[in-house]
Amino acid sequence: MASEVNRTGTPLVEMRDIRIAFGGVRAVDGVSIDLYPGEVVGLLGHNGAGKSTLIKILSGAYQMDSGEIRINGTPVEIRSPRDARAAGIETIYQTLALADNLDAASNLFLGREIRTRLGLVDDARMEAETKKIMARLNPNFRKLKEPVSALSGGQRQSVAIARAVYFNARILIMDEPTAALGVHETAMVADLIKELKAQGLGIFLISHDTREMMELCDRVSVMKNGKLVGTERVEDVTEDDILSMIILGRNPRREAA
Amino acid sequence: MTDAADTGSGLAPRRGFLSQLEIDLRLLGMIGAFALLCVAFGVYTGGTFLTPRNIFNITIQTVSVAIMATGMVFVIVTRNIDLSVGSVLAMCSAVMAVVQARWLPGAVGLGHPMIAPVTILTGLAVGTAIGAFHGWLTGYQGIPSFIVTLGGLLVWRNVSWYTTSGQTVAPLDQTILLFGGAEGTLGPTWSWVVAALLSLGVVWVIWSGRASKTAHGFPVKPLWAEGALTLVLVGAILGFIAILNAYPVPEAKLRRLFEARGLTLPEGYTVGHGLPISVLILILVAVVMTVIARKTRFGRYIYATGGNPEAAALSGINTRWLTVKVFALMGFLAGLSALVAQSRLQSHANDIGTLDELRVIAAAVIGGTALAGGVGTIWGAILGALIMQSLQSGMGMVGVDTPFQNIVVGLVLIGAVWIDIVYRKRLGVR
Repeated sequence: MASEVNRTGTPLVEMRDIRIAFGGVRAVDGVSIDLYPGEVVGLLGHNGAGKSTLIKILSGAYQMDSGEIRINGTPVEIRSPRDARAAGIETIYQTLALADNLDAASNLFLGREIRTRLGLVDDARMEAETKKIMARLNPNFRKLKEPVSALSGGQRQSVAIARAVYFNARILIMDEPTAALGVHETAMVADLIKELKAQGLGIFLISHDTREMMELCDRVSVMKNGKLVGTERVEDVTEDDILSMIILGRNPRREAA
Repeated sequence: MTDAADTGSGLAPRRGFLSQLEIDLRLLGMIGAFALLCVAFGVYTGGTFLTPRNIFNITIQTVSVAIMATGMVFVIVTRNIDLSVGSVLAMCSAVMAVVQARWLPGAVGLGHPMIAPVTILTGLAVGTAIGAFHGWLTGYQGIPSFIVTLGGLLVWRNVSWYTTSGQTVAPLDQTILLFGGAEGTLGPTWSWVVAALLSLGVVWVIWSGRASKTAHGFPVKPLWAEGALTLVLVGAILGFIAILNAYPVPEAKLRRLFEARGLTLPEGYTVGHGLPISVLILILVAVVMTVIARKTRFGRYIYATGGNPEAAALSGINTRWLTVKVFALMGFLAGLSALVAQSRLQSHANDIGTLDELRVIAAAVIGGTALAGGVGTIWGAILGALIMQSLQSGMGMVGVDTPFQNIVVGLVLIGAVWIDIVYRKRLGVR
């Protein structure tokens, strides 16, 4: 990608030698990856390669068996989604993870409601804040009062993204953010990723679309059977190289060298 | 469907009368059905159904089920069910009966003023503890709530049997008897005071809601709509209290009350019952539960968990602990209902609260609570309880056989849910 990422300082996120097993299956087996401010790192691999599991460890949904996570060089313990949020990590899930029966504001602030002095939830203020941020992210968004089940895929996605942007996340995890979207909405998400990157956020992106990854990412890490095949800068590899890393589990260019 | 609204068609369409009032159509439908029911029975019984006496009786008969139905809304909204509430009610009632009639009189003497408060607190604590235990088994141990509470239905009914050795306990403490209905009413003056406070509350809620919308620049209803809504609500409150005040205390009972104070009943003296304390409790429960549902984090998390448990957990909500709290609240309300029920019946008997779990679930469901979770309102559940009780009382007055009454109530339950499903499909809501 065009803009140059400075990788000389302390990484925003370092995951070192992460391991987790489910009933004897090593879902993630000694994987180390890192992420710098203003960088987009793509995670690629077949279904079951361990990408989502690795990312769920960082977002607090799973707890690793061993390994170390550092944020800005400081070791952190992430035992729950709450811990991850406290560390500035926001996650946008493939399934969007919205409560369909609640409106956009309730979803955006879920778990972090604005309250009045009496300790009651301040719906009017949350709605006003939602209106403000939505005007920035998706000007077409009007259905503030309706349950999010009434929204289109793109609108639901913008609610999920608004959650990350509003709470000033430093690290964003996006698990197939465009899987459920149409062409126009996919382009919108891509623009947003570029904007957030320019603001200095670090983004982990999971996708099956290799071309999309080549366009949006600065580096890609490829996983196979729970192990890391390799991490490459996108300008150093071709789409075919990445495909053989995914399928064969090795990088032909490196082996040739 | 969704895209049409996105593009924005320029001018907002002219809004109809009802949409300007912004009243929930479902609420309107239920009130309409209830009104129809009252009028039909009123005509059929030659007005007897609509006498202050009958309305008073239906009201106090509804309280116990209605209190529990508000808690059942939260249980069902979180995709659980509680089949044990009738048995938990019996358990709380048994403990309260033993405490007030056997233990405490032996320790502090019969009629001691501390008997009632200690009894009530014990009953509420027992209910809360049992509920929390059910919630722990469901939330932390992963046993389906259907199984936990089906077991609880059998267990608590029979633990309560052993608690009183199968005996009926009576008479109850004099103060406890005030919580049942006819024996404990506020009288006309205090009833009007409560009516005035409730009316002020309605005005405040509507006005402050409007003020907060205006403050954030959101559109508000036209003033006439706001005013009409206020008038209807205040009118309903004042009318209800007027009816309860119009039901006079029987002369024999008045004479007894006067004689108890060493006085004689003056000729031609009458006084109305007014608001029963049990109904006042129900009103307080309704207000508190509505505030919890709509204005607290706890309530927000209940609905979020019901809508998408996974999303709620990923948002950092501790859904297991939430389950414990919801069931504990249900248990607390079953304890409160036990107080009202035993006081109204003026004794504790083994069969107290039998089949209440089904009435409570039916009330919540008739009131629009969806078994799939995520949807349900407190006022709906109370209205559901009221509709069921009115139906049953009305049929009794008309002379319908008891078996047939149950057939009708069963059909109404299925019919109400069916209408709701059709209504949702038409509107295209989930």
